[in-house]
Amino acid sequence: MDLHKLYLSEQLEGIKSGKFSSTELTTHYLERISKFDDDLNSFITVTEDQAIAKAKKSDERYKNNTNLPLDGLPIAHKDIFCTKDVLTTCGSKMLSNFEAPYSSTVFEKLDNEGMVMLGKTNMDEFAMGSSNETSYFGPVKNPWNTEYVPGGSSGGSASCVSAELAPVATATDTGGSIRQPASLCGLTGIKPTYGRVSRYGMIAFASSLDQGGVVARSAADAALILEAMCGHDPKDSTSLNLERPDLTTNLNNPIKGMKIGLPKEFFEKEMPSYVEKSIEDAISVYKDLGAEIVEVSLPNINLSLPIYYIIAPAECSANLSRYDGVRYGYRCEDPKDIEDLYMRTREEGFGNEVKRRILIGTYALSAGYYDAYYLKAQKCRQLVANDFKEVFKNIDVLLSPTTPGTSFKAGEKTNDPIAMYLQDIFTIPANLAGLPGLSIPCGENAGLPLGLQLVGNSLEEDKLLQFAHSYQLNTDWHSKMPDIS
Amino acid sequence: MALSDQELKEIAYLARINVKEDSLPSLKKELEDILGLFEELNAAETSEISAMSHPLDLSQPTRQDEVTEENLREELLKNAPSVQSGLFLVPKVIEGEE
Repeated sequence: MDLHKLYLSEQLEGIKSGKFSSTELTTHYLERISKFDDDLNSFITVTEDQAIAKAKKSDERYKNNTNLPLDGLPIAHKDIFCTKDVLTTCGSKMLSNFEAPYSSTVFEKLDNEGMVMLGKTNMDEFAMGSSNETSYFGPVKNPWNTEYVPGGSSGGSASCVSAELAPVATATDTGGSIRQPASLCGLTGIKPTYGRVSRYGMIAFASSLDQGGVVARSAADAALILEAMCGHDPKDSTSLNLERPDLTTNLNNPIKGMKIGLPKEFFEKEMPSYVEKSIEDAISVYKDLGAEIVEVSLPNINLSLPIYYIIAPAECSANLSRYDGVRYGYRCEDPKDIEDLYMRTREEGFGNEVKRRILIGTYALSAGYYDAYYLKAQKCRQLVANDFKEVFKNIDVLLSPTTPGTSFKAGEKTNDPIAMYLQDIFTIPANLAGLPGLSIPCGENAGLPLGLQLVGNSLEEDKLLQFAHSYQLNTDWHSKMPDIS
Repeated sequence: MALSDQELKEIAYLARINVKEDSLPSLKKELEDILGLFEELNAAETSEISAMSHPLDLSQPTRQDEVTEENLREELLKNAPSVQSGLFLVPKVIEGEE
């Protein structure tokens, strides 16, 4: 049986009913990883032995009728989530020898539900990148066409789920790092409202923007896992003090009568005709389902890219100051004094994109420039957040493309940071405002998939998933998978 | 937005990142391009707008001052590049007698 073709709820049902065991399912994925991942490079670490041991325990629980809600389902974790005694690198040479002394809340929550970790997925270094080419552990390839990038920074998570080397994977999104790779790999990826998912043990890049989420093969799969990841965590002071939301019960509710807003500023941008066509087709699907389509304006939304490239580097320069070669991680050879130790450790331990962002952030925060850059960006961020607040008075979700196009070839944008940054032009605004956003597959061009983005009002992940699920019940873009054999 | 070599060196020093002399020109160009992006913000009218530092309107939560963490000294030292007598070891910091 092609176990990897089953959706999560079907896999769970299969284990429950005794059609197959978690050990069989886990072994099936481990075999696929060993067969296909040499080429894709979507995993940094495969935790084979632990996975088999976990799966066996899960099977025992089924025997004893003490099984947990998601017992025995395999999952891959982005290598940004600390996992106790397992290598946690964040895609960097700086942490290439780091075995986390504790586990992230995200890992623990899913572990407590019985999920089986297959391994840790590759990513852009410290989650900075949109092509998964900045990883110290080598680039990740897109399973739809291995000459193309999978997107980033959660490129390993997207690549492995798309190639069906894992049924689902955790991911994180600071400016689009879940939604952009989901779009480029033909997956459903959701970033919840800021504060929904605990950041404890999730290695920090830009703390006011970072948020954990999931990439999956359907909205229903994403809902099932995201629900288990959410909930208040006293260990994260920015974790929302709210009950875990119910994201699955109302998934099948109709969207008839709900309002979709099309941000005029996004649709005024020049787009390839296949993007326009795919989005128009998706809009027709929603019209047929009874949704009302209205044009809306977010007058300041085009400021999002410059705002982001001040705020994210500023926060990154502060967060990454902890990597000093003293307490953990990489240290340069033969430092002649403490200053030399810091300077060379950070020169040698960080890659170019990370260094660029630390330098930009340092500059934006330095005396004489703070007001002109950082403070100005924070004020403009408020303008963007206000725009969203205003439009959500009248609509349920915002619809746009996720990315300006399908995937691009490896190396194509490597030497042009700004061209790379433009990948996130549609996704960044939701991070600035802390809003939930998701990407679902809605078309293709020349054999490469393309995503549609939906952004919801604060805490309305349930509604977003409902919109995504309705679409997937009426279209089959999400069920197309690359042929990797 | 033009950066001088001197400014770039100062920023790199503030960030404690060694930058090799021969990589200065290309790095400078990349940073100048990125800084150029920021000029768009100048046109935005923000005199009446307060700075948004965070998406959540939260006050800092507090807790009772109780010990919740175990002592993980050995565990934490395991990842250290250099350790002596249970302490992180770094090159000498304080100047003075040998």
